[in-house]
Amino acid sequence: MPHGTARRGPDLAAALFVLAVGLLAAWQTAIIPPSPIYAQVGPKFVPALIAAVLLVLGAGLTIVALRRGWSQDIEELQDAAPLNLRALGLLLAGLLANLVLIEPLGFTIAASAQFVLVAAAFGSRAILRNLVIAFIVSLSAYGLFVKGLGVNIGAGVVESLIFGAPF
Amino acid sequence: MGAIEGLTLGFGHALTLSNLGWALLGCFLGTAIGVLPGIGPALTIALLLPITFSVSATGAFILFCGIFYGAMYGGSTTSILLNTPGESGSIITALEGAKMAKNGRAGPALATSAIGSFIAGTVGTIGIAFLGPIVVELALKLGPAEYFMLMVLCFVTVSAVLGGSALRGLTSLGFGLLLGLVGVDLQTGQPRLTFGVPELLDGVNVVLVAVALFAVGETLYLAWRYIEGPVEVREVGRIMMSKSDWKRSFWPWIRGAGVGFPFGVMPTGGSEMPTMLSYYMERKMVKPEFAREFGTTGAIEGVAGPEAANNAAAAGVLVPMLTLGLPTSATAAIMLSAFQSYGIQPGPMLFTSQADLVWTLIASLFIANVMLVVLNLPLVGLWARILKIPQPQLYAGILVFATIGTYGISNSVIDLVLLYGIGIIAMFMRRFDFPVAPVIIGMILGPMAEQAMRQALTISQGDWTVFVTRPISLVILLIAVTALIGPRLYAAWLRRLA
Repeated sequence: MPHGTARRGPDLAAALFVLAVGLLAAWQTAIIPPSPIYAQVGPKFVPALIAAVLLVLGAGLTIVALRRGWSQDIEELQDAAPLNLRALGLLLAGLLANLVLIEPLGFTIAASAQFVLVAAAFGSRAILRNLVIAFIVSLSAYGLFVKGLGVNIGAGVVESLIFGAPF
Repeated sequence: MGAIEGLTLGFGHALTLSNLGWALLGCFLGTAIGVLPGIGPALTIALLLPITFSVSATGAFILFCGIFYGAMYGGSTTSILLNTPGESGSIITALEGAKMAKNGRAGPALATSAIGSFIAGTVGTIGIAFLGPIVVELALKLGPAEYFMLMVLCFVTVSAVLGGSALRGLTSLGFGLLLGLVGVDLQTGQPRLTFGVPELLDGVNVVLVAVALFAVGETLYLAWRYIEGPVEVREVGRIMMSKSDWKRSFWPWIRGAGVGFPFGVMPTGGSEMPTMLSYYMERKMVKPEFAREFGTTGAIEGVAGPEAANNAAAAGVLVPMLTLGLPTSATAAIMLSAFQSYGIQPGPMLFTSQADLVWTLIASLFIANVMLVVLNLPLVGLWARILKIPQPQLYAGILVFATIGTYGISNSVIDLVLLYGIGIIAMFMRRFDFPVAPVIIGMILGPMAEQAMRQALTISQGDWTVFVTRPISLVILLIAVTALIGPRLYAAWLRRLA
């Protein structure tokens, strides 16, 4: 069945990823230093157990993937839309922009950049209008968290101007 | 303390202005996020966890429970008007509810689900008040060995009994357990699974993981399959129910509540099963003259029953959470971590050591139910308008809140890298049908289970047979094993017969 094999690949990749996580856990467990104090159950026991379980589950998933996979049984995927590379790419770009900008420029600017890119990912091209909405949403989120919930989020350029210097 | 005595105490505290305010805020927020597709109560409560540093425990939990109940009410609005269920519990509501809306009967569908939610929520809360003390009585007799087994049972049922596959459910659980292990082992002081990153010595933050799974992963998956186009929101119309609507809804409400509550109490952690059961029950029991409405123009029984079951199950989830400290849904798990941040250990002692808190909370649940039915019936038009927020700005906004909630934990970019990394994993989990709730439950319950196991083995001086020689422990273990392999054996047996 060429159709079946074409669909098996992704499932196999997912199964191998689970195996890799299991191996990673096993490696990290192996390098836990021995406990300096006596304990009936040492620090390694539970991590080793979970690593072993994950390896067994990964092996099980690999077998299922090699047989016929499970994706073809997922109803939701039967008439699912194809991969939307543009949307996914723009969204990831938004996350990356936030990651890069948040330390040098502060939350509001970074989050606004992210907002515009994410909105673009979901098909909104009104950049200027989104920028205004983004600015309002980010600034009120900042106000809510810092003033309302008492969370400490370092003030960037914009925040210092509006809410005053943080310290 | 008995239920009546407790409720008297509870209402005394709950009826203060500030506690009523927290309840109202919770109900309002809960309904709003329940209506909005893409965010649910688990994410909202996770983002609001910092509140535990500045607000009293009672106020915070009244707020959280208002959000929890409110989201159940709001979820049905989305199912009916948009035909896209936001929560797993309202998938069934969409079946008949969306059809009723299509035929111009959105109003009665919304009304029957709001009133049904009220009845079921009230029945469920009465259930909590009377069942809670009984469970506590029993739970006080349990030692660490039994507790450990209860947690194992919880792990098995939330990950392997429901959902598509035990393999994938358990893998999700394993991933959560690993995340829970990251950091310094509290008993021996050894760093575990930190990959040498000093920021990870304190462990991975629950908020971060919840936000990654429920906000970042969801949004990424939506983008993956995104097709541009306007979303159609049905008109609400008149919300009045006719006399016949009332008559047809009444027994489904009662039956739904009766089915839902026990399912919520048992650690099966899902509202899929009770809502589905209620749906099939109503379909079977419907009067012949209305039977043809099922699946065609939409039968009101098929909305009333499952909605009631959904709300009663949600109330039921609070029983194991408050009495045993066992979270059986992702939202309950987040609430459990809120208890921990107050230094309160949920479990049987809660009803004695924090009697004020527990009974005020339960009384507030009654109050919240009244508030919610008022918020949802006359104001349904307002919630319908929330649905008209265009998707691009909605998801962009959700990610802004996701980012600030995570960045606020320690102002560290490493947290954001983890957030997006786990979010990408969550996107693939969604694609390959790995459930995400077991990740949260494993992460929060895992360290507690390890501690219980160590205590049990310290008491027994390292004798592993303690888990099978203590009768209650053995019984729970057998239930867990049955729950894991029973359904598979049954399916294999059916296949052999066929």
